[in-house]
Amino acid sequence: MIHEKLAEIIAEHIDCDPSEIQPDMRFEDLGIDSLDITEIIMSVEDAFSIAVEVTADLARVSDLTAKIEELTAEQQA
Amino acid sequence: MSFSVLGTGMYVPENIVTNDDLSKLVETSDEWISQRVGVRQRRIATTETAADMAYEAAKNALENSGCRAEELDLILAATVSGETASPSVACMVQHLLGADCMAYDISAACSAFIFLLETAAGYFARKKVRKVLVVGAERLSRIIDWTDRSTCVIFGDGAGAAVLGEGEGYLDSTFTVRGGDDVIKIPNYIGSSPFYRKEAEKPYIHMNGQETFKYAVNAISADVRNLLERSGLALDEIRYIIPHQANKRIIDSAAKRLGAAKEKFFINIERYGNTSSASIPIALDEMNRSGMLQRGDKLILTAFGGGLANAACLLKW
Repeated sequence: MIHEKLAEIIAEHIDCDPSEIQPDMRFEDLGIDSLDITEIIMSVEDAFSIAVEVTADLARVSDLTAKIEELTAEQQA
Repeated sequence: MSFSVLGTGMYVPENIVTNDDLSKLVETSDEWISQRVGVRQRRIATTETAADMAYEAAKNALENSGCRAEELDLILAATVSGETASPSVACMVQHLLGADCMAYDISAACSAFIFLLETAAGYFARKKVRKVLVVGAERLSRIIDWTDRSTCVIFGDGAGAAVLGEGEGYLDSTFTVRGGDDVIKIPNYIGSSPFYRKEAEKPYIHMNGQETFKYAVNAISADVRNLLERSGLALDEIRYIIPHQANKRIIDSAAKRLGAAKEKFFINIERYGNTSSASIPIALDEMNRSGMLQRGDKLILTAFGGGLANAACLLKW
């Protein structure tokens, strides 16, 4: 569920179909640089109502999904 | 009573430093800098001080406004990169112009030009002044770590000024400060006290790029929305938004979030880089002299930077 929502955000940012965004894909291979990641994180913050710190360990789509899962779980706890 | 802008001026050093020039100093490329920052070249001072550049910009603004230095009642200046802690840039401009009025600097980093306008507006409201000179001047090349490829490619030197006279052009403003030094910091020279035990930090611009990006995009979007909401104006009724020229990607991202056409935003960062407090008055002068601005046009100036401090104002040209 989180991955699908994130895939939509990423796909909108780089103008592609959400189904093309796979969890193990590296942002770098998608042509997404550090400022794009920051923009994606800003959209994620709006969409999930969470605050995500921009860190260097977000290399793959799944890293960001895990981060969102962690933050939304914390929020619900 | 507030003020109207009577004239503008700018000065940039002759020396042009291109991205290719920088790729000889640090590991970078024209493509990387153009894509990430949007800068193609910047002006870097070879002999000018921040005060020298402020003076040249001020002279041009006086000429453009038809105002004489003797008519000035107040000079307000801003810099984060001046050569002297004292005298202030404003005092040096007063001296060099041969003006005889109060003069002082205001420290608010890249947002400072709007703080100058706000301060000037207060003097006009109390009818203490009739003509005010505001100037932002930076020799950022002095406080850049030229071995750090993430920052040295961004900044440039220059100065911009405006002469303000009595009028009703300053319609509204908004200011936000989120004090702290974790995102942007420019430490001063630590000194040589034999008693001071704290470790010295390099006296250069330190910046968390991604956090700055996030802060800046949010600041522009929130401040522009705030001014539109309070004034009851639609985005279409604003002729131009003139943002602090920090990074083209910041401006593009803010435009997208606001649902504004990119053309609504004036951008000249490709030629000057980020000139901190000078960037907005330089932009204003270029727009003014190229005939882009008509009397009555509504403009939003929006800035953000170290402090952290962000500010925006609604101006009637």
